[in-house]
Amino acid sequence: MKPPRFDYYDPRTLQEALEILDAHQGDGKVLAGGQSLMPLLNMRLARPKVVVDINRIQALSYIRPMESGVAIGANARQRALQQENLIAERLPLLREAAYYIAHPQIRSRGTICGSLAHADPAAELPALAMALDAELVATGLRGARTIPSDSFFLSFFTTDLQPNEILTEVRFPAPPKDMAWSILEVSRRHGDFALVGIVAGLAVDQERQAVTDARLIYFGVGPTPIRVKQAERALIGQRPAEAAWDAAARVAGQGIDPSNDIHATEEYRRAVAATLTKRALRAALGKLKDLNASTGSA
Amino acid sequence: MATSRTVKVRVNGVDHEATVEARKTLVDFLREDLGLTGTNVGCEHGVCGACTILMNGETVRSCIMLAVQADGAELMTVEGLAQPGGELHPIQESFRDKHGLQCGFCTPGFLMTTYELLSKHPHADEEEIKEWLSGNLCRCTGYQDILESVKLAATRLRNP
Ligand SMILES: Cc1cc2nc3c(=O)[nH]c(=O)nc-3n(C[C@H](O)[C@H](O)[C@H](O)COP(=O)(O)OP(=O)(O)OC[C@H]3O[C@@H](n4cnc5c(N)ncnc54)[C@H](O)[C@@H]3O)c2cc1C
Ligand code: FES
Ligand code: FES
Repeated sequence: MKPPRFDYYDPRTLQEALEILDAHQGDGKVLAGGQSLMPLLNMRLARPKVVVDINRIQALSYIRPMESGVAIGANARQRALQQENLIAERLPLLREAAYYIAHPQIRSRGTICGSLAHADPAAELPALAMALDAELVATGLRGARTIPSDSFFLSFFTTDLQPNEILTEVRFPAPPKDMAWSILEVSRRHGDFALVGIVAGLAVDQERQAVTDARLIYFGVGPTPIRVKQAERALIGQRPAEAAWDAAARVAGQGIDPSNDIHATEEYRRAVAATLTKRALRAALGKLKDLNASTGSA
Repeated sequence: MATSRTVKVRVNGVDHEATVEARKTLVDFLREDLGLTGTNVGCEHGVCGACTILMNGETVRSCIMLAVQADGAELMTVEGLAQPGGELHPIQESFRDKHGLQCGFCTPGFLMTTYELLSKHPHADEEEIKEWLSGNLCRCTGYQDILESVKLAATRLRNP
């Protein structure tokens, strides 16, 4: 038996869960999918006095449509990204990304909100949240507040969530219709965390043959997902072709701050980030062409 | 609040009830309290897949779940694969026939992963099989034979 001793609660309602957390300020931990928390407990890197298991709160198990996009409750599993038609229709990028999140045996338990709350800088979902301008709903006893993704992630494993708050929902607005997206990463083994990853979005004016909008978010290369606006700006107005991708790849290196660790050096990560930038932009352009072919425009 | 609890589970079609400490992992519960030692414990942090079982029809890592979280669930472990008379499941036979195991430590996890994969995707292609198997590690490095085993099992399950 490896985890340290703790008091275990599995409330049926959000209100109860919040009351327990509030009563144990700082000593309580939320248990969602457990796919990150349980390893920490098994290795005794975390020693909470109280564990609040939210899995039995039925009201948090949902993925539902919003006016534009989808709202995902705290108990929705990562596998749902691949299984729900609503995701396939409205946010196909999330469906595509799920393939990179660990393995099917982990995605069956791991939650979408848990990954956001955990805020591993090498994880896919925080980068996707930044790329797609998601909003995060943090609920406490005094009510809920909505946090834009670009102010939610503060540092390594650190978010704007307070110890007595639960991330109850994440809202992904549908991305602009004329934008195509791709996600790519390099990891040591399929399903491992990314050494370097990228989420790229691209919009092109077909008549002028010019890039009108771009999004470049990198993960695994800093304390949070990193949006590199200089690289995005380098693309605007350019002809959507290799020369532009090269320029963006060069500029991207200035915005990221990768570290050396036992898996990769800083130089390696920078080189991979540049290569992935080009590949991701090529892939996004390919999808734009498919999109235009299917809607019949030029 | 509770540091221990009563847990009711149905494992391989048999009902069990036991009182366990809240911090006990599901794999330790299966092995120590229920005597089902077919499920192995390797890394205990979700990486190796040795402890993979089915919960309500989906593969999960039993080392990074608490036993109390399985209360009310239907579980299937490697012991549930063979017939009560001892006749092996086609997946087990395929692993035997294609040499999908050497020491056998990782095998229960691979079998359970294969079980869910082939139940849901009987026509899984090589890419899909590899994606699922990537969640299990084998230290005897038998991946090629394991892949062949799964392909054979898929054929046998489609044409019983
Ligand atoms: C072998 C392995 C490989 C993995 N590979 C990847 C990968 O490639 N990419 C990837 O992104 N992830 C990966 N993961 C992590 C996995 O996706 C986790 O499921 C995820 O990071 C955390 O989600 P969870 O629901 O399991 O959260 P938990 O483990 O339950 O919780 C994690 C942390 O977040 C807090 N928390 C969780 N939910 C909430 C909430 N609603 N409100 C407030 N706090 C909350 C918890 O208190 C805890 O501190 C991997 C995990 C394993 C075991
Ligand atoms: S023992 Fe559970 S994944 Fe290794
Ligand atoms: S057969 Fe020995 S670890 Fe896989």
